[in-house]
Amino acid sequence: MRLRLPIGFILLLAATALLGSENLVQFSDESLRARYQVLITELRCPKCQNQNLADSDSPISGDLREEVQRMLEQQLTDSEIKDYLTSRYSEFILYRPDVNKTTYLLWGSPVVILLIGLIAALRLSRRNTAQVVCSGRTEIDHETRLAELLKSGEDDK
Amino acid sequence: MTVELGHIALIVALCLAIIQAVIPMIGSFSGHTSWMRLGHSMAVGQFVFVALSFACLSAAFVQDDFSVAYVANNSNTLLPLHFKLSAVWGAHEGSLLLWSLILSGWSAAVALCSGKLPLVLSARVLSVLGAISVGFALFTLLTSNPFDRILPVSPIEGSDLNPLLQDFGLIVHPPMLYMGYVGFSVPFAFAIAALIGGQFDSAWARWSRPWINVSWVFLTIGISLGSWWAYYELGWGGWWFWDPVENASFMPWLAGTALMHSISASEKRGVFRSWTLLLAILTFSLSLLGTFLVRSGVLTSVHAFASDPERGVFILLFLGIVVGASLLLFALRGPTMRSATTYSGWSRETMLLINNVFLVSAMAMILIGTLYPLLADVLGMGKISVGPPYFNFFFVPLMSGLMVCLGFAGFTRWKNTEGRALLKKGVLPLTISSVMALVLPLFMVDKLTWSNYSLTAVVTLMLVLWVVTMSLEDLWLKCRGKLSSLSSLSGSYWGMLVAHIGLAVCALGVGLSTAYDVQKDLRMVPGDMTELGGYEFQFIEVKPIEGPNFIAYRADVDVRSGGEFIVRLSPEKRNYKSGGQVMTEADIDGQLHRDLYVSLGEPLGDQAWAIRFQVKPYVRCIWLGSLLMGLGGLLAAFDKRYRRRRQRKIVNSSNEGLAFE
Amino acid sequence: MNRIALFLPLALFAVLTVVLLLGLDKDPAELPSALVGEPFPIFSLPSLHDANQMLAEQDILGDVVLVNVWATWCFACRIEHAMLNQLAEQGVKVIGLNYKDNREAAIDWLRKRGDPYAFSIFDERGGLGIDLGVYGAPETYLLDATGTIRHRRVGVVDDRVWNSEFRDLYAQLVSNKR
Repeated sequence: MRLRLPIGFILLLAATALLGSENLVQFSDESLRARYQVLITELRCPKCQNQNLADSDSPISGDLREEVQRMLEQQLTDSEIKDYLTSRYSEFILYRPDVNKTTYLLWGSPVVILLIGLIAALRLSRRNTAQVVCSGRTEIDHETRLAELLKSGEDDK
Repeated sequence: MTVELGHIALIVALCLAIIQAVIPMIGSFSGHTSWMRLGHSMAVGQFVFVALSFACLSAAFVQDDFSVAYVANNSNTLLPLHFKLSAVWGAHEGSLLLWSLILSGWSAAVALCSGKLPLVLSARVLSVLGAISVGFALFTLLTSNPFDRILPVSPIEGSDLNPLLQDFGLIVHPPMLYMGYVGFSVPFAFAIAALIGGQFDSAWARWSRPWINVSWVFLTIGISLGSWWAYYELGWGGWWFWDPVENASFMPWLAGTALMHSISASEKRGVFRSWTLLLAILTFSLSLLGTFLVRSGVLTSVHAFASDPERGVFILLFLGIVVGASLLLFALRGPTMRSATTYSGWSRETMLLINNVFLVSAMAMILIGTLYPLLADVLGMGKISVGPPYFNFFFVPLMSGLMVCLGFAGFTRWKNTEGRALLKKGVLPLTISSVMALVLPLFMVDKLTWSNYSLTAVVTLMLVLWVVTMSLEDLWLKCRGKLSSLSSLSGSYWGMLVAHIGLAVCALGVGLSTAYDVQKDLRMVPGDMTELGGYEFQFIEVKPIEGPNFIAYRADVDVRSGGEFIVRLSPEKRNYKSGGQVMTEADIDGQLHRDLYVSLGEPLGDQAWAIRFQVKPYVRCIWLGSLLMGLGGLLAAFDKRYRRRRQRKIVNSSNEGLAFE
Repeated sequence: MNRIALFLPLALFAVLTVVLLLGLDKDPAELPSALVGEPFPIFSLPSLHDANQMLAEQDILGDVVLVNVWATWCFACRIEHAMLNQLAEQGVKVIGLNYKDNREAAIDWLRKRGDPYAFSIFDERGGLGIDLGVYGAPETYLLDATGTIRHRRVGVVDDRVWNSEFRDLYAQLVSNKR
């Protein structure tokens, strides 16, 4: 059962308590926190089933979060931190794989596919534009054919 | 005995499926009408027997029959009844049976609704569906039989359902998702039948359209339910992780969306036939591929699913036969002639094609990203991970491009649209959306500074408002400002409008929740307070509580805004009795414009606890938008013209969907 | 459209199938060590049995050794322990890396179950563990006489694993040393 406290007391408590709650992860400079958040969401827990360091409860994720925090405090850059970790845990822990010769295909192919698709779509419509004038006749054929087919289905029943 | 009955019923269903696959197909070539008609009764009979089999397995769960291995592994006497029933599809074996059930259900529906179809066509469609049923029934019986007994020594107590799955989400998400996945087997079967018959007229396109729409609705709802479930159940506040299991369901959705659009051009104008056929094959192939990825264990996923490489071989074999054979058929018999009809640069055909380019590129990108770690491993390039940063990098621009084009959807005409007129229609919406997109973010934050004026929000709002204002402008012009004309607009027009606005609402949720999401991880003792996103959170206390099959710590957190009490949130840390798994149950206060999300972490000693607070503006719009998309699909599927008993003149067939042409 | 172009989807699918088939043999959860072929990391940590005795990477050099990461909280280590005792009896030099553990509990564990380790490094904070890329106990590293890591196994080393992954490599490294 919860104790019902007078509202004034709660407010007093609240005023002092605002100081009480503290960040779980402390930084000497608050601007590091944003970088910390990005890093731990883009780094993969090496042990878990496809979870990042931020979401994982496993002990190793806790240790690695501490490592990241420690290195941020030591003024290491993001890429230095990633290098430190990949030299120990391999490229596996990067959710954003580096662009290198093993990943050219990964990073390049979506762009190539999109370009091929767009070029094909535009060429197709340009080719058709030339013929748009003489399309009347086939149009009718196509619709009569559809009507016949739908009708034959009816009869079949 | 019930279990043996279920087993036998499944074997009978397999036999019926074999007949359904073979006899009507032979009949369609030899011209035996009675042989062709056999498929219809077999499909209905198969459904009855699979349903019986499914009911028997459900009965085993209800009766706590732990001599059945599957029941013993996934249930427990303490499990509430509704979870016992949904535990039937809570793991691999039973979910396969659900697949079979839904597949036979779709087949029976085709059999019962195929009165209007030419008999040769419906016989072939049912035969293809029968063949797929054979594959799944064999798969279930040979590798993953849910009816296997543990004899002679049966456990007295079951080992319980995975606690993550003991949730409302399990009751609704898998059935919905499978309805969608499996539903795409129908357009697939239509496409194969068309390829076999060599008939690619608009007729097959028209017949498969309602099936595509309905399956798409189920898949849309199924995926968004899954996302919502992960959001509140996994306890981190994420709603999409680009996890292989999620991608496995999203790829058929993207392909199915492309199919839904391209088939309208194939039906109305007879263009893109081979492309539409290919998409129909592709969509269902991706459903099968998803099954393989999820169940074979070739990829790791955060979403619990029992995997087994032995089964992987079977599914891969099945996948190879089904997809390989259909693509071979496509290669040999696919239409090569250029469509007789033509269209010009700004026509609706071109726009649909561009829509397809964006959707299929996104699909291909996800396929590549999902399989790349596997590819790298196979080629000996080491283990790499491809995660959200990669997928977002490509997906966001692709969808932005799609939304820019989508704005024009209603204005385009078949064959030819005047480019200049089209652009002119865009002037007013562009002005409105740009101005509002630049201004609105000024009011989204408490204290405006350079750093919290969010560019993400500007871009999101611009795209969203563009789609909405363009859609509304089109609606306005279509009904010429008279409310009375609204009722005469066709179902497919309303469907398009609602689905497009749904996409915009969904994008609004994604963009704004990304831009304005705030989070704090704090160490707190009872009485402590914190401020986040304009709300004051006070940690009251933690007390132990007891649930039906778990014990838990429950924290009480009071939320105030400007001193005014809003809600008490009670996140829990649960410990399940049977398996000892620890689960974080977040508590959420959801409103349209924001979610307050509190999850309880670890105890830190001295009464202190780790608590995560999150304020997520507009996150609910993601699922609301998906629901709207689903509603749009439903409106289109039940357009009157699909139900017309007798086709009068088909004169205006090329204009349908545009009531005032 | 060209008939050949219609074969393109089939060709792509064939490639995909081959990749998937080969992928079935791979274990996606198994991580290769980034340190195979690299020297054992530099460290300076106390011995498990004597807090005043400091150990460093030089103490590992000179012999072909197994470095076994273990802890009393690690359930699988219990299963593995008998195998390690057996290997030690056969003359394999095993060095323990007691990982994020309690000193008394660890010493007690070795007294009860037997001590296969030539010596145990006490890594209370897990710092050496991170330098090694350890993500869970047990893990076993095979080092040659120069202190270079030649193989890593994550998880229990039992007869099957020893015979398939370690035995030949171990024998070869030992003969190289001679």
